[in-house]
Amino acid sequence: MLLEVKDLHASIGGKEILKGLSLTIKAGEVHAIMGPNGSGKSTLAQILAGREGYEVTAGSVRYNGVNLLDLEPEGRAQAGLFLGFQYPVEIPGVNNVYLLKAALNARQKAAGKPEIDAVSFMRLVKEKAALMEMDQSFLSRSVNEGFSGGEKKRNEIFQMAVLEPTLAILDETDSGLDIDALKVVANGVNLQRRDDRSVLLITHYQRLLDYIEPDYVHVLANGKIIHSGDKSLALQLEAEGYDALMAKAAG
Amino acid sequence: MSTNETDIEALVAKKYEHGFITDIESETFEPGLDENIIRRLSKLKGEPQFMLDWRLKSFAIWKKMRQPNWAKLNIEPIDYQAISYYSAPKSPDDAPKSLDEVDPKLLETYEKLGIPLHERAKLAGVAVDAVFDSVSVATTFKGKLHDAGVIFCSFSDAVKEHPELIEQYLGTVVPPRDNYFAALNSAVFSDGSFVYIPKGVRCPMELSTYFRINAANTGQFERTLIIAAEGSHVSYLEGCTAPQRDENQLHAAVVELITEQDATIKYSTVQNWYPGDEEGKGGIYNFVTKRGDCRGARSKISWTQVEAGSAVTWKYPSCVLRGEDSVGEFYSVAVTNNYQQADTGTKMIHIGANTRSTIISKGISAGKAQNAYRGLVKIFPTAKNARNYTQCDSLLMGDQCGAHTFPYMEVKEPSAIVEHEATTSKIAEDQLFYCRQRGLSEEDAVNMIVNGFCKDVFRELPMEFAVEAQALMNVSLEGAVG
Repeated sequence: MLLEVKDLHASIGGKEILKGLSLTIKAGEVHAIMGPNGSGKSTLAQILAGREGYEVTAGSVRYNGVNLLDLEPEGRAQAGLFLGFQYPVEIPGVNNVYLLKAALNARQKAAGKPEIDAVSFMRLVKEKAALMEMDQSFLSRSVNEGFSGGEKKRNEIFQMAVLEPTLAILDETDSGLDIDALKVVANGVNLQRRDDRSVLLITHYQRLLDYIEPDYVHVLANGKIIHSGDKSLALQLEAEGYDALMAKAAG
Repeated sequence: MSTNETDIEALVAKKYEHGFITDIESETFEPGLDENIIRRLSKLKGEPQFMLDWRLKSFAIWKKMRQPNWAKLNIEPIDYQAISYYSAPKSPDDAPKSLDEVDPKLLETYEKLGIPLHERAKLAGVAVDAVFDSVSVATTFKGKLHDAGVIFCSFSDAVKEHPELIEQYLGTVVPPRDNYFAALNSAVFSDGSFVYIPKGVRCPMELSTYFRINAANTGQFERTLIIAAEGSHVSYLEGCTAPQRDENQLHAAVVELITEQDATIKYSTVQNWYPGDEEGKGGIYNFVTKRGDCRGARSKISWTQVEAGSAVTWKYPSCVLRGEDSVGEFYSVAVTNNYQQADTGTKMIHIGANTRSTIISKGISAGKAQNAYRGLVKIFPTAKNARNYTQCDSLLMGDQCGAHTFPYMEVKEPSAIVEHEATTSKIAEDQLFYCRQRGLSEEDAVNMIVNGFCKDVFRELPMEFAVEAQALMNVSLEGAVG
């Protein structure tokens, strides 16, 4: 079992957002969480990555056999957890590749491995940039500064490709992308699917799942997973809408 | 310039064999300041009459002035009569004999800053004798400079060896009556550096390494004069990233730069005087007047400063753009932590036609510190087509510090273009989280964000100092977050 979330309750500023969420992800699986706005999708992603400001009031999260909630954000990253941000952050003056190198070496160090040398690193970065159909000029630009929405998302998946996580949580990676950019991003994710890498896709729309085929689909509403199924569930949602499903769950 | 050029060249060729280090008798004056003290100081230094007269005139001016209070600084009253205006260099007998005797914390800081091993002993004040590495280095440098005809010596030596140059140029950029601290400095300056780059000469090395090794003890009232003759070029670096302690709380330095036609001076400063402790006790008061005069057409003066130390910083390195097509630049990073206060910026005075200036200022505040940018861009009616671009960015860490921007513009010529951009941002929670999510520790994330913020300035520094300056940011802001 890679990730095991049990009866997770969490609140922000005294307001409860997650109300008993449970989710289990095995190695190599791709899960999609869908849900209406405000259902708690992004909150789940933020809590798993260790964002400050959320209070976990009950429940547990185990990741690779350890209590994930005990780890600092960087500890989680070093343990192979990657969050593709819904709104990737701009860091003026910090070179894209420089951040990546520091990130990669922080992981190497945490794993007791030697730092990667500059030549091997550049080879790796160029290979992965080509995978994401990214122009070389992206590498030397400041992190996300002046990037279009699509470029930012592509940059997230590029970082994922370089950092090779064990669990990638992709928070609304499809939002703000036109169809061509969506295909590139989805293709980038598909190329990274492996038996020892799991992906948690968080999305509002079924569209992304046309390109990245999940093993499981979960519907999150009002802080809980109300329905789980295979990829056909996403199509059903698309046809019937969230309201119908929520009514069914309530009834 | 042209009339005494040959004289200068002769002097350069003849007199430079004298060393950089000045030997003065060991003596320390009792506290207090009056004409008699100034006479004694001048006599002790073996100065010619004109120098003494100049000091006395400056003293008379200073007595009629008042300490300025327009800066956004909170300063304890200074008792100018409680200061000793001459203290002999410390006896080598009191100095530590080897690095083993130096405070391990200081050594740790040198390590973090990446100070070369052979410089650490010197910086830590270890008494070293002639076998020390740096002496041979210095000798090699001296030979090279001599061959190029460059005069580079202590100010005291210059007064003795090149009095006509001093008399011609001293106080022509910053006259004694310019401001209170400049007047005080003119009356009592202890020592400093003098540089003369002859016509057409490109100084064969950065005047930094040499300086660092030779002038660790710069003193309280420093005076620097750099003259770049027609078509010459020099890059000069003062200060050091290593923390410097000094028993004298008050520092009032004056730096004057002069560029003739087609000449360039690049002046870089890294200031890391003792900032006081975490409670704001102690720390240097640093009142500095720095000004460059672009006298000739197409000349250029570029100031780059990294201000990290001192309890109080009051300095505005400026450019008077007199020559047509002359260029002034000011690149500044000022970082304040704990109770430090900085009021710093620049003045760009456009007089000649087609003069251009660039101002890039980055202020970083943490702890309970206050950081102000104060800048003046003045365009005279004669400065047709003058251009200025100003960018001031402030970064706040925590919620108890302050950043302030005071830009002044006086534009008297309609063809001028003056642009000003300013931003203030907090080191954002989401930037930190983003970096940490990628695996960086919180401290590394802060360092990366701060250094990114300062990048436009750091790239103007000489290479080896850019690396040290980055490390200096990290050390200065240690513990500022989290």
